Amino acid sequence: MAHTAKQKDYFPYLLLVPATLVMVAIVAYPLFETFRLSFTNTSMSPKYEYVGLANYEKIMSRRFPEVIARTFYWMGISVALKMLIGTLGAVLLNAMVPGRALFRILVMPPWVIPIAIGVFIWGWMYNGQFGMLSGMAQRIGILDAPFEFLAYKNSAFMATIVTDVWIGVPMVTLYLLAAMQSISKDLYEAAWVDGASRFYRFRRITLPLIIPSIATMALLSAIATFNSFDIIWILTEGGPRGATTTMIIDTYKTAISRFKYGEGAARTVMIVLFLGSFTLVYFMLLSRLAKRSPNNAA
Amino acid sequence: MLHKYRWYEYVLIYSGVAVFLTFVLAPFVEAFVVSLRPLSSLFSIPYRFITDEMSFDAYFTMWQNVPLLWMYMLNSFFIATVVTVLGLICIIPAAYAFSRFEFPARNTLLGLFIAVNMFSGAVLIIPLFKLMQQYGLLNTYFAMIAPGTAFVIPTGIWLLRSYLVRIPKELEEAAWVDGAGKIYTLVRVIIPVALPGIVVVTITAFITAYAQQFIYALTFNSVNELNPLPVGLFQFFGRQSVVWNELMAASLVGILPVLFVYVFLQRYIVAGLTAGAVKE
Repeated sequence: MAHTAKQKDYFPYLLLVPATLVMVAIVAYPLFETFRLSFTNTSMSPKYEYVGLANYEKIMSRRFPEVIARTFYWMGISVALKMLIGTLGAVLLNAMVPGRALFRILVMPPWVIPIAIGVFIWGWMYNGQFGMLSGMAQRIGILDAPFEFLAYKNSAFMATIVTDVWIGVPMVTLYLLAAMQSISKDLYEAAWVDGASRFYRFRRITLPLIIPSIATMALLSAIATFNSFDIIWILTEGGPRGATTTMIIDTYKTAISRFKYGEGAARTVMIVLFLGSFTLVYFMLLSRLAKRSPNNAA
Repeated sequence: MLHKYRWYEYVLIYSGVAVFLTFVLAPFVEAFVVSLRPLSSLFSIPYRFITDEMSFDAYFTMWQNVPLLWMYMLNSFFIATVVTVLGLICIIPAAYAFSRFEFPARNTLLGLFIAVNMFSGAVLIIPLFKLMQQYGLLNTYFAMIAPGTAFVIPTGIWLLRSYLVRIPKELEEAAWVDGAGKIYTLVRVIIPVALPGIVVVTITAFITAYAQQFIYALTFNSVNELNPLPVGLFQFFGRQSVVWNELMAASLVGILPVLFVYVFLQRYIVAGLTAGAVKE
C-alpha cells in the first residue's frame, strides 16, 4: 500500500484502539493480576500479604497433580472421540447421495444452542430413575435395574465426556467436511480413471490431504475441551468425590466457592502455562503448514 | 461414474448417517417429548417414550411456575445483542487495519489477538471477579457483557480480515484520489462492499454470545431479575424435584431464537464457523 507506507501513519494504530482497549482491560490486565495474586494470600478481606511461592508449594503437595492428570485424561478421551466421530461424520456427509444438504443442516444444532441448555437435556437423560438412557438400557436388557449415571465415579466421568463430545462433534464434522471439499476433484477423477477403488481413493487421497486439518482441529478442540466448564459444573459440579474435577473446575471451586483467590490464582497460572504451550504448538503447526503449501497461507 | 454408488454402499451410507444424526438429534427429540408429557407419567417406571395424555400444558404453566422466565429470555437476548454491537465496533476497524495497512508489529499483534481465543472466561474469572467487586460492577449487565465482548473479538477479526483482503485495493485508492478522508472511505466505501462478510461476523458473534453466558452470569450476578436464561433455569435444575417437563419446554423455547437464526442463515454460519482455519 504505497499511499500509506511512505508517510508516517498512525491511522492503522488508531483503528486498533477499541479492540486493544477491550483486550487490555478484560484479558491482559486480569492475566497480569492473576499472576500477581498467585503470590499472595488474598481472600474475602481487602487486605492481603505476599507469601512467595507458598500457594504453588501447597497445590503441588496436595491432590492437584492428580487433578492435572485427570484433566488430561478427560481431555484426551474427549478429543479422540470427537475426532473419530467427526471424521466419520464428515466422510458420510461428503458422500454424494440425495438428502446430503439436509443432513448438513441437521448436524449443527448442538453447537448453535446455549451450551448450558444442551446440558440440561443431558441431565434429564442421565437421570437414573426415570431418564431415557437408563430406561432404554433396561428395555434392551443391558441393565436390569435403574442406573444413576452421574452418581458413580466412572460413569459420571464418561457421561460428562459424552456430553462434551456431543457439543463438539458438529464443529469438527463441518470443519473436516470443508477440508474434504477443498480437495481438487481432478485427483479423484484421475485415480478413478486408473481404476482405484473408493476405499483406496479415500486412503491415498482424502486421508493424507486432510491430516493437517485433523491435526489443527484436534489441537483447537483440545484447547476448547481443556477450558470446558459449563458441562461438568451443571452435571456434577466436579463430583462424585472429585471424579470429574478438572483443573478449571478445581480452580473455580477454590476461588469462587471457597474464596481462596490466592490459591485459585496459582492454579490459574498453571492452566495458563498449559494453554500457552498448546497455543505455541498451534502457531508452529500453522506456520509449518503454511510453508509446505504456499498458496494455503493465511 | 465417479459418484455412482452400488446398492450396498447406499445402505451403508444412509445407515451411517442415521446413526450419526440420531446421536446428534436424539436429545432434542427426547426434550420435546418430555415437554409434552405430564409430570406423573415422567416419574413412572418402566420408561416409556410415548405416554397417554400428552399435551402442550407445560408450555403454558411454565410462565406461572417460573415467573421471571420472560425476563431471562429478554436478558439473554439483550446481553447477546449488546455484546455483538460492541464487538462489531471493535472488530470492523481492527480487521480493516490488519487487512489493508502495513505497519510494524502487524503480524505479532494479529497473533496476540488470535492467542486470546485460546483462553476462556473460566481462566480469567478470579481477577475479573476481584476487579468487578472493587469497582462495584458485580450484579450489573455490564459484568456479563464485558467478558463476552472480549471473547467474540478475536474470531471476528480473523473472519472479517480474510474477507477484506479479497476486496480490490483500487477501490479505496480511487476514493483517496478523489480526496475522501480515511474514515469516510472506511464507512462509505469499505463497509458497504464488505457487508456480506460483516453479516457472517455478526451472526457468528451473536450465536457465540448467546451460547456462552453461563459462567459470567453464574459468577458475577446474583440478582435474579438480571439473569440470562441458562442461569435462570439452572436454579430450577438444581432442586430436589425438578419439574422436568416445564424445564424442557422452557429450554426449547429458549433455543428457538438461535435455531430460527440458524435455519434461515445457516449458509452464512457454516461459512463463518469453518472459515476460521480452512483458508482459500
